[in-house]
Amino acid sequence: MKLRPSSLAFVALGLAAAGFAATFLDAAWLRSRDAPQLAERGALAARLGLTDLALFTEARYTRHPSQADLHSAFQDHPVALEHFPTGSLLPPPAALIAHHERLDRKTAASD
Amino acid sequence: MNDLPPIPLPAEGVDTGSPPAGGSMPLDGPALGRPGGGAMIELKAIRKAFNQGRPNEFWALNGIDLTIEAKKVTAFQGPSGSGKTTLLTIVGCLARPTSGRVRLAEDDISGLPERFLTGIRRSTFGFVFQQFNLVKGLSALENVMLPAFPTGRPHRELRSHAESLLDRLKLAHRREARVEWLSGGEQQRVAIARALVNDPQVLIADEPTANLDTALSREFMGILESLNAEGRTVILTSHDPLVVESAAVHRVVSMRDGQLVEN
Amino acid sequence: MNASIEKQRHLIDFTLASLARRKTKNLGLLLVYTLLVFVLASVSLYTHALRQEAARVLERSPEIILQRMVAGRHDLIPPGYLERIGRIRGVQTIEGRLWGYYYDPVVKANYTFMAPAAEAVRPGTLTVGPAVARSRGLAPGNTISFRAYSGKLFAFTVAGVLPHASELVSADLVLMGEADFRAFFDYPAGHHTDIALSVANPLEVRTVAAKLAAALPDSRPILREEVLRTYASVFDWREGIVLALLSAAIFAFAILAWEKASGLSAEEKREIGILKAIGWETGDVIKMKLWEGGLVSLTAFLAGFVAAYLQVFRLGAPLFEPVLKGWAVLYPRFELVPAIDGLQVATLFFFTVFPYMAAVLVPIWRTAITDPDSAMRS
Repeated sequence: MKLRPSSLAFVALGLAAAGFAATFLDAAWLRSRDAPQLAERGALAARLGLTDLALFTEARYTRHPSQADLHSAFQDHPVALEHFPTGSLLPPPAALIAHHERLDRKTAASD
Repeated sequence: MNDLPPIPLPAEGVDTGSPPAGGSMPLDGPALGRPGGGAMIELKAIRKAFNQGRPNEFWALNGIDLTIEAKKVTAFQGPSGSGKTTLLTIVGCLARPTSGRVRLAEDDISGLPERFLTGIRRSTFGFVFQQFNLVKGLSALENVMLPAFPTGRPHRELRSHAESLLDRLKLAHRREARVEWLSGGEQQRVAIARALVNDPQVLIADEPTANLDTALSREFMGILESLNAEGRTVILTSHDPLVVESAAVHRVVSMRDGQLVEN
Repeated sequence: MNASIEKQRHLIDFTLASLARRKTKNLGLLLVYTLLVFVLASVSLYTHALRQEAARVLERSPEIILQRMVAGRHDLIPPGYLERIGRIRGVQTIEGRLWGYYYDPVVKANYTFMAPAAEAVRPGTLTVGPAVARSRGLAPGNTISFRAYSGKLFAFTVAGVLPHASELVSADLVLMGEADFRAFFDYPAGHHTDIALSVANPLEVRTVAAKLAAALPDSRPILREEVLRTYASVFDWREGIVLALLSAAIFAFAILAWEKASGLSAEEKREIGILKAIGWETGDVIKMKLWEGGLVSLTAFLAGFVAAYLQVFRLGAPLFEPVLKGWAVLYPRFELVPAIDGLQVATLFFFTVFPYMAAVLVPIWRTAITDPDSAMRS
């Protein structure tokens, strides 16, 4: 007898659900496997005083977004279209936007 | 007219005069749990309006009083527009009358909510539509099984029941074929099998021979006769003389302009 | 009980048989749907894992980095600043950092040169990051020369390559001794790039930063929490080309799904009329469609998510490399440690499954209540 469509659907769905569950198990396993590597990365960052991920090396404000000074990141405006492709993936650091806002209006310090 | 091996039916015999006493045919599907099981239908002062309250208001039925006997073959005849199909929809619980009462085996069903009406329709009536109304793209077998899906009948049992119905209607070899590939006569037989799958007490057919040639129409009347012989009530509409003049039809009700015509 | 399960199975049978009638169209839809979930889930998983990674790695970076600003630009720290900071209470260690950028015309890549205070690099030698070693084909013991910005050529011996495991933070690093660094960049003696401070008590970090800003008005303290916040918002959901491009895809799919699900053809309407005439309740028709929407969207969601997981964590996210790489020559090779955020998965589920269910259900609602006698009147 031909297999019922619903049985087929349940099998397919069951497999997909099993795969879904397996991703969580696999993630847990990978996490425990990679824990030493993660510790090593952290140790190096601590030893060298690293502040940023080495994901984008094209410009200094993409290599070290957290260290970018007021005017190097997003040279024209905090939300201007970016010259470098990756620059548009990175939002300007929140701290910098705050600075810009202050410059736009008046200085916060009473000096 | 044909041999009926696997279905629990009384022996073949055209005993039109007196149907099997008590009508206690074994029903393996859900049926109306009423004693006697004879579904006598009583219509009182039935009126039905379409587009009520609008300029194109139109009264399809205008005061119908009619009693349809159980286990008989009743035909509504009349010109098109006489309201016979509308009457059929009201008898078959497909539509509610605008006013009037419908009684099915002593129970007043005209006031029931749709849910119950659907339940009654599913278990009591089987429909054979003029255009057959099969679901295209599905096989003959799947089409036959359709009305039983909401009943939750076990698949294996339902399937073998549907297969035996097709078998009985000489369609066993076509059961996996898509319905649009079947001929008109075959499609109608699939429609009949579908109407029978829930073992209804009443079979309703709207213009059953309109799309058939003479030979197929005769064949249909044969099937009808055998179904009636099992104790099923048959109600149909037709203006085909081959149907209304057939010996299989016990009573012909003539209609014109939404009213019954004495004949 | 059994009958109601059997009934649902019947409804599923019917809805699948109906879908099978337009096999190519429906499989195509399922495929596009899965692909959409795949891309969305990939972005979501990848960015979440990257953010988690950044948070965990950088939580040990210095509490405060002090930059000096001249005319709005980052400038060198002149001598004497370290001593002036030394008097601020709560500061545990102060360290002048030396680092800068170097453009290597040979491979057209930017390196980060650094003279680590904590690590003694012997004069004339370098420790290079894995990506630098890869791009220049370096191994310990090799010699490499860089032309400084002053025009002079400097030759170094590679003393070591940083471990591959640290590549995400160290890919482009070139570590050298302090004397070499100052000579290479003509860095004035006593000057530093910036100052790293460690503060023992996390509650005092802000106070210390305020004191620093008051004591050295031309300086800008960058707190570690700001660094972490920067990375928390990197690739935020709304940001980036990926999502900008994706929004077009999402939109296209929405139209497709809407057209498919809601554009109930006359044929489909007729079928619903037939089903109702032969004894299906309005609820049965809706349940049947609910199964259709549920099965299609659930299958697409699960399959798309699993594929995305495999792509991101098992195959090294090849799809994102070109996007993240941009114009850069150096790109770290790294395996992200999987981090799956339940809330994110739930959000993804909600935004992919529910719209489809709605697109399937809303039009059916209206059609399902059609009078069953329509079948007779056709």
